[in-house]
Amino acid sequence: MQNNLDNPTINVVLAGVGGQGILLASEIIARAAMAAGFAVKTNEVHGMAQRGGSVLAQIRYGAVVHSPLVEHGAAQVLGSLERIESLRCADYLAPAGLAVVSSQRVVPITVSSGQAKYPEDAEARIRTAFPRLVYLDAVAMAGEIGNVKCSNLVILGALSTGLTLPAEAWQEGIRQSVKPKFVDINLRAFAAGAALDG
Amino acid sequence: MTSRVELLSGNEAIARGAYEAGVTVATGYPGTPSTEILEALSEFKPETYCEWSPNEKVALEVAVGASFTGARSIVTMKHVGLNVAADPLMTFASIGAVGGLVICVADDPGMHSSQNEQDTRHYARFAKIPIFEPSDSAEARDFTALALQISEQFQTPVILRTTTRVSHSRSIVALGQRSQPPKPAGFVKNPPRYVPIPIWGRAMRRAVEERLPRLRTAACESSANRIEMRDPALGIITGSIAYQYARDIWPEASVLKLGWSYPFPDELIRRFGAQVTRLLVVEELDDFLEEHVKALGLACDGRNVVPGVGELSPTVLRAARAKYEGRPLAPVQPRAETKDLPSRPPVLCPGCPHRGIFYALAQFDVVVTGDIGCYSLGVFPPLNRMDTILCMGAGVSMTQGFEKAGETKRVVGMVGDSTFFHSGMTGLLNIAYNRGSPVIIVVDNRTTAMTGHQPNPGSGQTLMGEAAPAASIEAIASACGIKRVLTVNPYELQQTIQALKESLAAHEPAVIVSRAPCPLDQGQPLGEALAIDQEQCLQCLECLGLGCPALEHDEAHGLRINDLLCGGCRMCKQICPAEAISGADAK
Repeated sequence: MQNNLDNPTINVVLAGVGGQGILLASEIIARAAMAAGFAVKTNEVHGMAQRGGSVLAQIRYGAVVHSPLVEHGAAQVLGSLERIESLRCADYLAPAGLAVVSSQRVVPITVSSGQAKYPEDAEARIRTAFPRLVYLDAVAMAGEIGNVKCSNLVILGALSTGLTLPAEAWQEGIRQSVKPKFVDINLRAFAAGAALDG
Repeated sequence: MTSRVELLSGNEAIARGAYEAGVTVATGYPGTPSTEILEALSEFKPETYCEWSPNEKVALEVAVGASFTGARSIVTMKHVGLNVAADPLMTFASIGAVGGLVICVADDPGMHSSQNEQDTRHYARFAKIPIFEPSDSAEARDFTALALQISEQFQTPVILRTTTRVSHSRSIVALGQRSQPPKPAGFVKNPPRYVPIPIWGRAMRRAVEERLPRLRTAACESSANRIEMRDPALGIITGSIAYQYARDIWPEASVLKLGWSYPFPDELIRRFGAQVTRLLVVEELDDFLEEHVKALGLACDGRNVVPGVGELSPTVLRAARAKYEGRPLAPVQPRAETKDLPSRPPVLCPGCPHRGIFYALAQFDVVVTGDIGCYSLGVFPPLNRMDTILCMGAGVSMTQGFEKAGETKRVVGMVGDSTFFHSGMTGLLNIAYNRGSPVIIVVDNRTTAMTGHQPNPGSGQTLMGEAAPAASIEAIASACGIKRVLTVNPYELQQTIQALKESLAAHEPAVIVSRAPCPLDQGQPLGEALAIDQEQCLQCLECLGLGCPALEHDEAHGLRINDLLCGGCRMCKQICPAEAISGADAK
């Protein structure tokens, strides 16, 4: 299902819950890929789905990119800022792809109101679904660095181990996407994620 | 000249194209997925005047005025907005533009944030005007300038149609300089040109028909339409985002790429048909192109293999290709069991003031006619307090029909502040005039929240950043003739319930303005995060009736407040019978 091997398009899928910082993470990947000289397309969910619903961002880069949407089974990496959202998007990942999943558990209103159950075996399912997995508590790691809101950058750092963009490109992507006073903490959150073994 | 490139969404690229093409007046009404066009264009103030009009009809009429002076203008809206603006559109199509006027309409295949799935291309044929359909951000910029030029050259309004995936996908765009806008000549009095009373309107009607073949010829020659010859065994006719998907799924196929799809470029379609063995039309939503290709006498496939409901994607087209080729799709082994995953629908934010009014409404057995906005989310359990949604403004108007038809329950209409100004006001006037007696609740959070906090006539400021008079909902209601008009703070639950109770008991129409600013717009929580004292908690779960995402509960983990989410609104504290919820009191 990939494009031809001489000229593969790299596909990234990010999942989570509205408000977790997926749009920023998507922008950083896109700008990093641009800095590395690639053509880029991204797609993110806006509007109603952002009000605490499931959200998905898709990023594709390469020499030529047509569709901004990733085909099932084609993503080299899948990042998820919430536990079960990774399962919802699991089918996007290519057979040998890397999944980076935060253990964060955001209980949907459908569970709190008693209509559904949050699966207690989520971690076991995640470990079965993703043979190549980094499973981490991105919120705790970001908290240690100084701001829980940087958990998206921790995920991004870990994801970067499954891609081949140079470190300078990532730094450039971060610098272009966050306010100057937040560059340093975001770089540190990214580095903490990148230090995890994918 | 050095060419600068930038990563832009389709919407930002339209704004860039409009700016570079010398647009001086831009209007619109917010609506996903179109909203960011005008927001991005307003960054170029004061060179470009931008306004959020109260509704799409007004927005188009403002732009028509600008066009008649010779200025270039754009109007932005979502697909259903064009229904509201259809009245000026249909007659303006006959009168014709002076300065270029482009109507940017964003469709929402798949209904990500819309109440229906509607294909705007039909409006182009209906109004007999050109329509452009960019497939990425670079084309969004280019086609905006091209559409403005065609508008002026042929004296016609032009539609620029995007879809959610064009508007909200980002890709690389080469930026250009702003061309000096033509100095508007000013309005030149000429009644036969501008006044479609029948004697002059009939001539305009003939001019529209004479314009169509000339537009058709221009579409055949336009750079927006092109034939990409590869393998002649299969020729795909496509446009918009479907072109991008088709290129991924049928990389070897020849393609007729239609960026200017109506008036149909017949000669180009025939020429392409003659160059390929088989024709396949790949289009999202209706079989708009396919029907016409067949009408030209060309055999083709299309809707028989490509779905017409919901949005397309590479995954959907992969399945369509297998069907087209009559072979089974290679089965994909699902990685994980997902059938039992709890769904995660959008929900009112923690700290949202609308939650208070919904909680209050839940105490009464009434019919609630709802409307379009964040408060549409009140339909979901556990709030469950909205019974109908139709279109902008209908939350107010429909109450009258329920009552006059003899509905036995009391009827409550609910509408947001921006929607009230958009088209709820006229429904209220009708209620007062035609002696209705519903309770109308205006949930006034001082902004257009769902689309990302655009100012509206009640906000006290404009898109240009200027201070403006804040329209008073209470004064409008009084001026309509409503005598029972009251204002509540929805965070005070008991007072809100009491106000509702009294209004429902009265035998006259009432307007309750539920007023509190959107905390998301204010940029800070209302107070510190609250916490539950697990020893005090009776596990009665009364608080869960609020449907607050910060109140998390399941059997395995019990009841807790997620302090990362809690907005500090204290509604849960007010209804806890055990006083088990602690936290700082109101500021």
